[in-house]
Amino acid sequence: METESFTKTHQATTVTPRTITLSINGQQHALTILPYVSLLDALREYLDLTGTKKGCDHGQCGACTVICDGKRIISCLTLAVMKEGAKITTIEGINHPIQQAFIDHDAFQCGYCTPGQICSAIGLLEEGKVKSREEVKDSMSGNLCRCGANQQIIDAIMQVKGGDNE
Amino acid sequence: MNNFDYQKAATVSDVVGKSTFVAGGTNLIDLLKYNLTNAATLIDINTIGEHHDILEIEDGVRLGALATNADTAYHPIIEQRYPLLSRAILAGASAQIRNMATNGGNLLQRTRCYYFYDPHAPCNKRLPGSGCSAINGYNRNMAILGTSENCIAVFPSDMSIALSALDAIINIKSEDGERSVDFADFHRLPGDTPPIDNNLKPGEFITSIDLPLKGFAKNYSYLKLRDRASYAFALVSVATGLELDGDTIRDVRITLGGVSHKPWRVKDAEHYLIGKKADRENFSAAADIILQGAVGFAHNTFKIKLAKKAIVRNCMMALDPSTQLPGAQPSA
Ligand SMILES: Cc1cc2nc3c(=O)[nH]c(=O)nc-3n(C[C@H](O)[C@H](O)[C@H](O)COP(=O)(O)OP(=O)(O)OC[C@H]3O[C@@H](n4cnc5c(N)ncnc54)[C@H](O)[C@@H]3O)c2cc1C
Ligand code: SF4
Ligand code: FES
Ligand code: FES
Repeated sequence: METESFTKTHQATTVTPRTITLSINGQQHALTILPYVSLLDALREYLDLTGTKKGCDHGQCGACTVICDGKRIISCLTLAVMKEGAKITTIEGINHPIQQAFIDHDAFQCGYCTPGQICSAIGLLEEGKVKSREEVKDSMSGNLCRCGANQQIIDAIMQVKGGDNE
Repeated sequence: MNNFDYQKAATVSDVVGKSTFVAGGTNLIDLLKYNLTNAATLIDINTIGEHHDILEIEDGVRLGALATNADTAYHPIIEQRYPLLSRAILAGASAQIRNMATNGGNLLQRTRCYYFYDPHAPCNKRLPGSGCSAINGYNRNMAILGTSENCIAVFPSDMSIALSALDAIINIKSEDGERSVDFADFHRLPGDTPPIDNNLKPGEFITSIDLPLKGFAKNYSYLKLRDRASYAFALVSVATGLELDGDTIRDVRITLGGVSHKPWRVKDAEHYLIGKKADRENFSAAADIILQGAVGFAHNTFKIKLAKKAIVRNCMMALDPSTQLPGAQPSA
C-alpha cells in the first residue's frame, strides 16, 4: 500500500476513522485508524513498532509474524480493528532464549526475516506440537529466508527445544 | 484496496442476509488487497458467541465453522478419530495461517489460478464473458477433470479433500432457516458459471461441519504432491480412508485434490474395490476408474500420470499410516 493510494481512498469514502485500543507488548495503545488498515501497517506506520517487517503483504513470507494471544499469526492478513482486546507480542517485546540461540548459530545474514522467524519459533515452542527436526522444518516453512539461513535457524530452534535432532 | 466499514457481529441472526463476512481473513483480506473483491462493510463473525468448538454429537462430531484450522487439526477427538482430517489440514498453508484460518473460510477459499489474480488477463471467473486465459496460456497448475470451455481452475483446499472422503455435512443458516448440504453437493464444477464456486447463497452463514462416526482412524493417508516440500498448494493430492477385514477391503474412500474445481471423488471406484484385496493392482485399477475422462492441457498433462501414481501410493500408505511424514513424503 503506497501513501498515495492511502490518501486517495481516504478522500473517496465516507467511512470515518475510528479509535481503537490495542494491547501490544503489555502496553495499551490508542490509535485512530480506518478499518482497512492491516495489523502490520498499524504497527509499523501508526505505532512506530518497525521491528515487524513487511515482505510480501500477502501471507506468503512470514516476515510479519507476531504472537497474538499466545499463537503465531501473520499481521499482514488481519486488520487492526479485528485485534481489539487481543494480547499482541512483537519482536520489541520479546526476551527469550531463542534470541541467544540465533546468535550462537549464526541464524541470519541480512536479518530481515529474523523478527518473524523468532516470533514463529516461539509460537512453535509454545504450541509444543512438533517433535522431530523434520517436523520443525515443516512447521517453520511459513517463514522464508532469502539469505538461506534456514539450516542454522532450525539448529537454533532444536537447541532451545531440546530432544532428538534427527 | 478500497476502504470499507467494519462491524463486529454478536449473534448469527446479526449476520444472515448480509455481507461481507470476515473470519480468519487470510483469503478475504488478500482478495480485497488485490481488488478482486469489494466490500461496503466487513462483518467480523469471529465475535459471534458460538460455533467456535469441536463437539461430540449423537452421530459423530461437529466442527464449529469459526474454530481455527489449527485448533481443529490438533483437537484430541480429531487426532484420534479423524486423523485423515488432521493430516490434510496440516498439509495446507503455514502454521501461522492455520492459526488464523477457520473451518468455514477454508471451504470458501477461492482458486489460485494466476490469471484470476492478474487484473490485465481475461478471466471468466473474475469477469464473466471475458474469456479464459489459462486454457491456451500457462496451465501447469490447472484442472484435468470436470473442466469446461469457460474455466479450468482448481479448488485449492486441502481440508476439503479429507472432508469429502469423510462424507461430511455442511450446516447452513439463512434468513429463511437452516439447511444441511452433503459435502459432495457443496462445491461446483465451473460449467458456464465459473464465478460461482459453491452452492452457498449470498447472505448464508455456515455454522458447522458434521463428521459422521466413521473416521477411518486405523487405515488412512493424505498425500500432497507439490513443487516444494511444504507451504505450497497441491499439484495433486489424495485422501484415502480404508476399512479392512484382514487384507480384504470392507469400505474405502478416495478423494483427489488439485485436479478439479471441486474435490474429485468417484464412487464407482470405491464400489469396485469393496470386497477385493488391498493391493497395488486393485488400487491401480480403481485409479483408472477415478481418472476416466481426465484431459490435460499444454502444461499439465503430467498430472494424469502423477494422479494415478499418487492414488496407488497413497492407498498403499494407508495400509500403514506410520509411513506418512510431514513435508516431503517418503516413497512407498
Ligand atoms: C500464502 C497462503 C498459502 C496457503 N496455502 C494453502 C494450502 O496449501 N492449502 C489450503 O487448503 N489452503 C491454503 N491457504 C488458504 C487458507 O487455508 C484459506 O485462506 C483459509 O482457510 C480461509 O479461511 P479464513 O477463515 O481465513 O477465511 P476468510 O478469508 O475470512 O474468508 C474466506 C471467505 O469465506 C467467507 N466465510 C468465512 N466464514 C464463513 C462462514 N462461517 N459462513 C459464510 N461465509 C464465510 C468469507 O466471507 C470469505 O468470502 C493458503 C493461504 C495463503 C495466504
Ligand atoms: S481457469 Fe478459470 S480462473 Fe483461471 S483464467 Fe480461466 S476462467 Fe479465470
Ligand atoms: S508480509 Fe505478511 S506474510 Fe509476507
Ligand atoms: S537473514 Fe536475510 S532473509 Fe533471512
